Amino acid sequence: MLSGKGGTGKTFVSVNLAVTAKNAICIDCDVEEPNGRLFLKPEESVTEEVYTKLPQVLEEKCIGCRKCVDSCRFNAMGFIKNSPLVFPEVCHSCGACSLLCPTGAIYELKRPIGIVERGRNKEVQVITGILNIGEASGIPVIQNALDTKITEKSIMIIDCPPGSACSVMESVQTADYCLLVVEATIFGFHNFKMVYELVSLLQKPCGVVINKGDYTYYPLINFCKENNITILCCIPYQEKLAQIGANGEVASEKDDETRMIFSTLLDKIRMEVRE
Amino acid sequence: MESEVCVSFGRAPYFLVYDTQSDVSNFFENPGAASQGGAGIKAAQAIVDAMAETLLTVRCGENSAEVFQGAGIKVYKTTKVSAKENIEAFQKGELAPLTHFHGGFHGKI
Ligand code: SF4
Ligand code: SF4
Repeated sequence: MLSGKGGTGKTFVSVNLAVTAKNAICIDCDVEEPNGRLFLKPEESVTEEVYTKLPQVLEEKCIGCRKCVDSCRFNAMGFIKNSPLVFPEVCHSCGACSLLCPTGAIYELKRPIGIVERGRNKEVQVITGILNIGEASGIPVIQNALDTKITEKSIMIIDCPPGSACSVMESVQTADYCLLVVEATIFGFHNFKMVYELVSLLQKPCGVVINKGDYTYYPLINFCKENNITILCCIPYQEKLAQIGANGEVASEKDDETRMIFSTLLDKIRMEVRE
Repeated sequence: MESEVCVSFGRAPYFLVYDTQSDVSNFFENPGAASQGGAGIKAAQAIVDAMAETLLTVRCGENSAEVFQGAGIKVYKTTKVSAKENIEAFQKGELAPLTHFHGGFHGKI
């Protein structure tokens, strides 16, 4: 599940699809703002801490050869006054420096950066990645959340972070099919094109869900036609859906019409994936 | 010497090293310019390795600033267009230290 910006209803679609599919694993990779769990309210949750490794230099062992600095492909190290200096926000925790240091002067310090919560809501397995506030990269948390076994009968729904940054790429990699949620407005359309570009770059099949709109926003409709993108469904804006959402409830459990929309959507996706 | 000072420190294509005692100047390529991330750190490192004492630039990021601070390099903000004018202004004591360092993008594109 992707969208160009936040608030298009990506979580709404993910949660409702998961509930409709029943046998589903819903993974929230929007680690800076994971909202799916507010609706799915998982029970019996188990949390696991996610760490990243940060290299530390033991100055007394360092001989100043600069191998570490020169070998860091992320330029995360400087060399000042005869000793290396690590920049935590730039470091990708690749481990190259500690591996290459000839004197063993670098060791890796584990630093917690977030958690992954695993629980369930009836037949839906609910997995949520949560990044600690102020952390720059959520990738390790996303990787941990995605490291989940899928059984043959179940479907996995991955709620990606908004936008088209590295964390989105990471989330999309294992997907068989991408669902692009878009709002039928000029901004929604602009952001949608960027996400579509990313998905085509990764050569993933995809389809569009128009949320809070109808089929009359022609720039979007025409763009989809020209690029041969399937519009799977259109969910009109309805007061009752907003109300259900505000109460922290799942619309397709409360409202028959919404349940129909999502069960049709699910069938269409299944057909698309089979093709 | 007549060339303009680049608006970005980390992404500047070249650096000019100027020896105020001998008036000798030298250009060298910025090894950070083409790197995807950590450009400021790599560029700052090149300044440190060039044994510079002072840097004149339009603006620079937090990471570069940290390298300069560690290495004891002073950073001043350029106000003129060409390198030559700025060096002259610096020598007359007309340039102010650069105090605002912008946050980096840290590879988050
Ligand atoms: S762990 Fe990798 S990215 Fe981090 S400083 Fe070492 S070499 Fe660079
Ligand atoms: S590789 Fe090891 S010994 Fe060489 S500069 Fe880095 S920390 Fe020091």
